[in-house]
Amino acid sequence: MLKKLKAPLAILAELSHRCPLSCAYCSNPVELVEKNKELDTDDWLRVIDEAADLGIHQIHFSGGEPTARKDLEQMVEHAHKRKLYTNLITSAVLLSRERLEKLKKLGLEHVQVSFQDSEKENANRIGNFKGGHEKKLEVAKWVRELGMPLTINAVMHRQNLHHLEDMIKMSVDLDADRLEVANVQYYGWALKNRAAFMPTKDQLESSMEIVEKARKDLKGILVIDYVLPDYYAKRPKSCMGGWGRQFLNISPEGKVLPCHAAETIKSFNFDNVKDKSLAWIWENSEPFNKFRGTDWMPSPCKTCDRREIDWGGCRCQALALTGDIGAVDPTCEFSPLHEKIFGSATEESSSEAPEFIYRLLSNKEVEPVKK
Amino acid sequence: MMKERLLLKSETVPVIPNHVRFEFNEVRKEWVLLAPERALYPDKIAIEVLKKCDGKISIQLIGEDLAKKYKAPVEKIIEDIINMLQDLADKGFLKEC
Ligand code: SF4
Repeated sequence: MLKKLKAPLAILAELSHRCPLSCAYCSNPVELVEKNKELDTDDWLRVIDEAADLGIHQIHFSGGEPTARKDLEQMVEHAHKRKLYTNLITSAVLLSRERLEKLKKLGLEHVQVSFQDSEKENANRIGNFKGGHEKKLEVAKWVRELGMPLTINAVMHRQNLHHLEDMIKMSVDLDADRLEVANVQYYGWALKNRAAFMPTKDQLESSMEIVEKARKDLKGILVIDYVLPDYYAKRPKSCMGGWGRQFLNISPEGKVLPCHAAETIKSFNFDNVKDKSLAWIWENSEPFNKFRGTDWMPSPCKTCDRREIDWGGCRCQALALTGDIGAVDPTCEFSPLHEKIFGSATEESSSEAPEFIYRLLSNKEVEPVKK
Repeated sequence: MMKERLLLKSETVPVIPNHVRFEFNEVRKEWVLLAPERALYPDKIAIEVLKKCDGKISIQLIGEDLAKKYKAPVEKIIEDIINMLQDLADKGFLKEC
């Protein structure tokens, strides 16, 4: 039991960094965890127990590609037994129908499938995986046939935002419950390709209109989540519901992070589930305590009436773009660097889009799991 | 066939679908509605209403029950219940039986 804090709501279990796709906007760290350093099954089962004992509600199995782990079944089964709500976040290309059915029987409650585009050629080009899009469509149909709710996750950017309407239509056709329109987050690998992905202002304006209209027309049919990209916003979003407030993220090798991108912060030593319990880490880990709450905040935030709404924005972004992890998130208008960074980003988007740099992994040993 | 929006009326018999869990978390000591990538904490009245969304009774009957208990006008209670549940239905967290 925790003494002073409320337990997190959800845990993001990054089972593996291995992934059959190599999206140029991948937000995983530039240095990936290799297969032989991944936590083993027993470690994960213990982590699931510790999460349930803390009162955590949900577990999201993610990656890389979580289905690259052959023991995913055991984890889903165990999490379900411990009454955690289970969600699979997948690129879907490795899944067979039999395996999906088995996962469902073992207690899988929701599936989120990522799409790179609504149009086959462009989608497969962006993910750099031949036949990927077709496979995703198939898996999405299976999810619904098996009676599980489906979320479509679409990462949108300059090279596919013009297909937003088709993406919405595709989601309705697939009988998805929810469409999550995510914008590329510019850390990890994606920062290398920022100029290729930054949407133009016109694109964004029309995308907002499309979303507004679809939300009205599709009320009660499809829920659409859409957040304005940081670079065009005036205030930051609340990153992860606030640092160390609601979520924790476990990397493939067992490091416990306040968010998925936190490993970009090199000055921190993150505690590992192999050495310490989740409860201990949540309460005592230095990186978690460092930016938790409002005490750490710089001056415009400290007295700002949004401080407990956005919790000062994103630390990883502050570091990546200003070099200072304790700085005001430059997305915010009150950041002294807002103008400068906002200006350079939009400039990139008004020049011609460069080719992207694919993410090619050395540890790419994923085959479909045979039963 | 495209699915249609579920519009709640007093005769609707609401039920929480399989993929949504309404439960009491023993560690946190609180009721929670768990849905894909969402956790909602209903307030006291909402908890009472959700407990009755078992696919057996209509919104009308739920309203009559609560009206008796809280000595409040039935119409007003039913209107409040419909508003609250419609929002959940629109998110896909509630179905009709
Ligand atoms: S000043 Fe700080 S708290 Fe206020 S809106 Fe900007 S980032 Fe958020």
